[in-house]
Amino acid sequence: MHWFSLEYLALNLGILLILIGLWGIITRKNILRIIISFSLFDTGTHIVIVSIGYIRNRTAPILDTLALQQDTASKIVDPLPQALVLTAIVIGLGVTALLLVYALKLHETKKTLDIHRFNDLKW
Amino acid sequence: MLRNSLYLVILAAFAVITFALVRNWQPAESLSPIAEHYATNGPAEVGAANLVTAVVVTYRGFDTLGEVTILFVTAAIIGFFLSLFHTESPEESSWLAPTSEICSTASKLLIPFMLVLGAYVFINGHLTPGGGFQGGAIIASAFVLMLLANPKSKLNHRIIALVESVSGVAFVFIGLLGIFLAGGFLDNRIINLGTFGMLISAGVIPLLYVFIGLKVGSELTNIIGHLQQTQKNR
Amino acid sequence: MIYLTITIVLGIIILIMAFIALYHRNLKVAILAAGVVSLFASIVYLLLDAPDVALTEAAIGSGLTTVIFFYVLNKIQRNDAEK
Repeated sequence: MHWFSLEYLALNLGILLILIGLWGIITRKNILRIIISFSLFDTGTHIVIVSIGYIRNRTAPILDTLALQQDTASKIVDPLPQALVLTAIVIGLGVTALLLVYALKLHETKKTLDIHRFNDLKW
Repeated sequence: MLRNSLYLVILAAFAVITFALVRNWQPAESLSPIAEHYATNGPAEVGAANLVTAVVVTYRGFDTLGEVTILFVTAAIIGFFLSLFHTESPEESSWLAPTSEICSTASKLLIPFMLVLGAYVFINGHLTPGGGFQGGAIIASAFVLMLLANPKSKLNHRIIALVESVSGVAFVFIGLLGIFLAGGFLDNRIINLGTFGMLISAGVIPLLYVFIGLKVGSELTNIIGHLQQTQKNR
Repeated sequence: MIYLTITIVLGIIILIMAFIALYHRNLKVAILAAGVVSLFASIVYLLLDAPDVALTEAAIGSGLTTVIFFYVLNKIQRNDAEK
């Protein structure tokens, strides 16, 4: 019955969010909606990474009580995926901000937000 | 219709790949070997109570330097692109309706508390959940409140640029000090490690997080300030 | 057991909000739905024993990203209206 556990549900939720974000990037025409789908894709990936580091019946990796300071390695969840996701969330904000500024400049040149009209680089 | 079914085929292929990975997944029973090393030797070597802080600032400090660099480049690019939108209009922009009195008075009450909360979060990053990035985001949110509640307020871009550059240079300088006085780049044993769990402990980590918090806060405020100045263009 | 039911409820709300973010006609509702997805993902991080990540996601994903989206959307719609 290991598939009815917290980390398995969170893993599936993350993968579903990744698929929804990918679907949005492929099918939508409005540039702002594509950028929203990128943001959903990022959130899904972060949920997948954090749910891999979870171990059942253990607690957060912050040693504030004296009981946690002895025999730490059997009482905390994995701190490494959390450190990676911390960095990834901030970089996701930077990428979203850059995408939005590029969308602003694109709208200034052709006055439309439909991505099928930007075919200057097509054969 | 053909295009839609092609999209569905691509998505189904991606779903098959990811669910094939999920099917053989077993829940973890114990920490991976490197996490076990961080858990057993972390409090003794680094001295921080928050193990995620110990990983982000000391064990993986070089990645944090890379992230700070990426944020700096992002802020510079956005500043460059959006400065092409500015025009120096002589009259004040009058299309922005002033907000209600409740909103502007409440914002004047809340902003100092939000700034103090942000400073608290990044100063105590090694003892409680938090750190430089969270504190910097809270400080940027306080400035967003100021810009939204009083539309006529302007940010002093020179002070923000000064704070950002000084914090970045100080961060790299402390990292370089680690090469000469302790183990390597961004080692935190330059200062004595101190007692575990006190505010002044874990070596240089509080100082590093103060500089990271100030840098991230001023960079995000810079981005928001540039975006807000594009609204005044007529 | 209670954490499992909370996670299932949050997961269903997150997926519904993700669909609204993609398929609603009004762009402002779509941006707000993306902000709500970030907010509930922050609660899921807290249930997964990751308080640092929950703080970061709530402050950055659900606060600053939505504000930046609205600034850009306002400028684009203002440019459209005055042309």
